[in-house]
Amino acid sequence: MTTASAAVSAPAEKKFKFNVRDFGIVFGLIAIMLFLTLNTGTFLTDRNFINLFDQAAIVGLLAAAATLCIISGVFDLSSTASLAVSAIAGVMITQHFGVAAGFIGALLVGAALGTLTGLIVVSTKVNSFIGTLAVSIIYRGLAIVITGGAIVAPLPEQLFAFQTWTWPSLFGLTAGSVLMLAMTIVLGIVLWRTTFGRRIYAVGGNLEAARLSGIRTGSIHVAVYAISGLCSAMAGMILASRAGSAQPAMAIGVELTAIAAVVIGGTSILGGQGAMWRAFVGVMILTVISNGFNLLHWDTTYQQVVTGVLILVAVAADGLFFRKAVR
Amino acid sequence: MAIQQLATPEHVHPGRAPEISVAGIGKRYGSSTVLQGVTLSIAPGEIHGIMGENGAGKSTLLKILGGAIVADSGTVALDGRTVRITAPRDSISNGISLISQELALIPGLSVLENVFLGRWSNTGSLLRSRKDAAHFARLLEETGFTLDPRAIVGTLPIGQAQQVEILKALARGAKVLCMDEPTAVLNEAEKAQLLQVIRKLASSGTTVILVSHYLEEVLGLVDRVTVLRDGRHIVTEDAAGHTPESLVGLMVGREVDFVIPEIPPVPAGAKTVFEAVGLTSTKVKDVSFTVRQGEILGLAGLVGSGRSEALLAAFGADRITAGHVEINGRRIRGNSIREAIKAGIGLVPESRKEQGLVMSRPASENIALPTLSDRSLGGLVRVGREKTAVAGITRSVDLRGARKGAPIANLSGGNQQKALFAKWLLNPPAVLMVDEPTRGVDIAAKALIHGLIVELAARGTAVIVVSSELEEVIGLSHRIHVMRQGRIVAEFDRNASRDEVMTSAFMK
Ligand SMILES: Nc1ncnc2c1ncn2[C@@H]1O[C@H](COP(=O)(O)OP(=O)(O)OP(=O)(O)O)[C@@H](O)[C@H]1O
Ligand SMILES: [Mg+2]
Repeated sequence: MTTASAAVSAPAEKKFKFNVRDFGIVFGLIAIMLFLTLNTGTFLTDRNFINLFDQAAIVGLLAAAATLCIISGVFDLSSTASLAVSAIAGVMITQHFGVAAGFIGALLVGAALGTLTGLIVVSTKVNSFIGTLAVSIIYRGLAIVITGGAIVAPLPEQLFAFQTWTWPSLFGLTAGSVLMLAMTIVLGIVLWRTTFGRRIYAVGGNLEAARLSGIRTGSIHVAVYAISGLCSAMAGMILASRAGSAQPAMAIGVELTAIAAVVIGGTSILGGQGAMWRAFVGVMILTVISNGFNLLHWDTTYQQVVTGVLILVAVAADGLFFRKAVR
Repeated sequence: MAIQQLATPEHVHPGRAPEISVAGIGKRYGSSTVLQGVTLSIAPGEIHGIMGENGAGKSTLLKILGGAIVADSGTVALDGRTVRITAPRDSISNGISLISQELALIPGLSVLENVFLGRWSNTGSLLRSRKDAAHFARLLEETGFTLDPRAIVGTLPIGQAQQVEILKALARGAKVLCMDEPTAVLNEAEKAQLLQVIRKLASSGTTVILVSHYLEEVLGLVDRVTVLRDGRHIVTEDAAGHTPESLVGLMVGREVDFVIPEIPPVPAGAKTVFEAVGLTSTKVKDVSFTVRQGEILGLAGLVGSGRSEALLAAFGADRITAGHVEINGRRIRGNSIREAIKAGIGLVPESRKEQGLVMSRPASENIALPTLSDRSLGGLVRVGREKTAVAGITRSVDLRGARKGAPIANLSGGNQQKALFAKWLLNPPAVLMVDEPTRGVDIAAKALIHGLIVELAARGTAVIVVSSELEEVIGLSHRIHVMRQGRIVAEFDRNASRDEVMTSAFMK
């Protein structure tokens, strides 16, 4: 059917179609930053930016991983429990075999825990929200068992090296911030351009269609959880490095902040949609707001109210736009 | 919409359908105009067909009447009174009900509960259900359906689920039924029954607006027919003066041929490519058949007879408890979709929404999905190659309206179906299994898909076709197997008559 009607039905396509949903959130971030620049003398300074990125490092790593999970259609509520266990393992390995071995050990433990979480969720077929909630309780319990509930720290002479992640590096940013940025970029490319990334979207968008296209859906989920475990370990390393110690209650609740950041950025909690840059923007919005409350000496209790409202607005907008798009 | 005068339900005469007039209806999505200045009126008690190519805007028009979407411009008037329709409840309260292809029922509830969903009479539980039961019985009588009020909707075959949807609309006092491709999912018997019910409802004063791609069906049923093309109203005329050819001419804007193409005979020495040996799963029993190179095998049978399940078992998608599949004499290991795909099998599944497409992703990504690894290097997608490949296949299946990056959910049903087909043509498979290949596509696209199937076979692919449309199976296949209750019960060659095949499918 080659007809003139085809030409009529395809109106001249605009190259750049402006879409509020796509970039509205970026303007939100810019607006907040503009506001803080005008209202404080300290926002737009090198020191504050170094500080901002450092603050964003932990949530940033967790949000990058959460983006993969959510797009593939699962949640990982066990991420910060894995964070605690791998940080503790890292410290304990450091005590015996040195700092380098400790960091490597932490990453291995994190990846292993993530893989285990993935295998549990995939093989039991329980809802990932509940499944990972249960797993997180188990991992926290494990953390208490191995530490006896106490704080663990590297030997005094190891402390300097152990705090590598707080040192300034590229552009004066802390090494931890650089790691977060690097992971965000790498995982962003994974989502955007790799076959693995494409499969993540497919699995999260329609599990059965993905399966019938020959995708091993279980393996995709296990891989995503493994990456989540790895990112958790990195975040745990940075956190322990900052504090000079690790303990079983590390970063409790931050997994939810990470999910909130992903959602604020505009990634759909329904799966199959979203992008890595969105997580980054979401994290920066949360961080800049918190930074702003400090700089302006506002009562930080209101910060929670603002964050909560933001999440609601983001999710409501998602529902609205998603429904529209599908109609 | 312009100045509104609200018509409350009382303005609609009880027991009689209103005259519906829509004027200047327009709808845009971003930069694409889907409907433009559509003006027509539909008399009370009329059966009105809405025809047009895929993407012409038929579903959009029905959704506007049903309140599922809101028009950008134009008015809807009932008996001359402009009504404001911004949500489904506005339509319902004005006696208009939309029955779309994706049925809106609650699978876990009973038939009775679904029919009276949210409007159970509220006078004590016992009384209530007795009253509802009486009302239900009245509705059955009106329509001639036979439905068990206690049956759980999720367990019903699609034809009966659709009947529940119709009863639900009638229970809400619908005087206007808008049905979007209601027969596309039905088998012959269910189809005949539905058409009968539509006539019956119309004769008792209900207006029925029907979208369908089956020209003969429409012409045999409707009083008047509207043709849309590219979102514009072309004509609204008496159906009596039209033939399938004349309608297609109006729909497409030129003359077209639409007979199933001549299928070349299978070459004498063609070797067997596909062999299923004793496939047994929970749904099929001991299914064995072979397909030769270049041969098209049809699987006929009633819905639920195990045709689709035989394909799923052969594809490794359903767990099999016995039997195996051989490709070119090589046994496929395991019971795995990946192995099946690797061996050269492709499957165009029955339901594009549940099994076929990732609705949130663009058409291009959907099409590239099964063969992703073939266009990648070290795990990276080779975007350039993919683009070229997808562009080529998009042209050959005449997929229209796909815009870069836009989710495939935005395409019209027919164009989605073409994308589903394209998925398995990117690397032409050795064996292609197609389940309801032309569901919801317009007549021209149907001819195109039939052409593709025949061409694929002519180039040596072994094809297995499942379709509820008997003409399609008979017209397309070299040989036909009939299935009943999970087993192959008869075999016919391509000269089989419709009646012979029907009889063996129905026999007990
Ligand atoms: N949410 C949406 N966003 C963008 N475009 C849309 C959206 N919904 C529909 N369209 C476009 O509107 C046009 C008309 O769609 P519609 O579903 O009404 O077609 P149709 O006549 O019912 O076709 P079919 O016979 O294939 O079902 C199509 O080109 C489709 O791509
Ligand atoms: Mg349609």
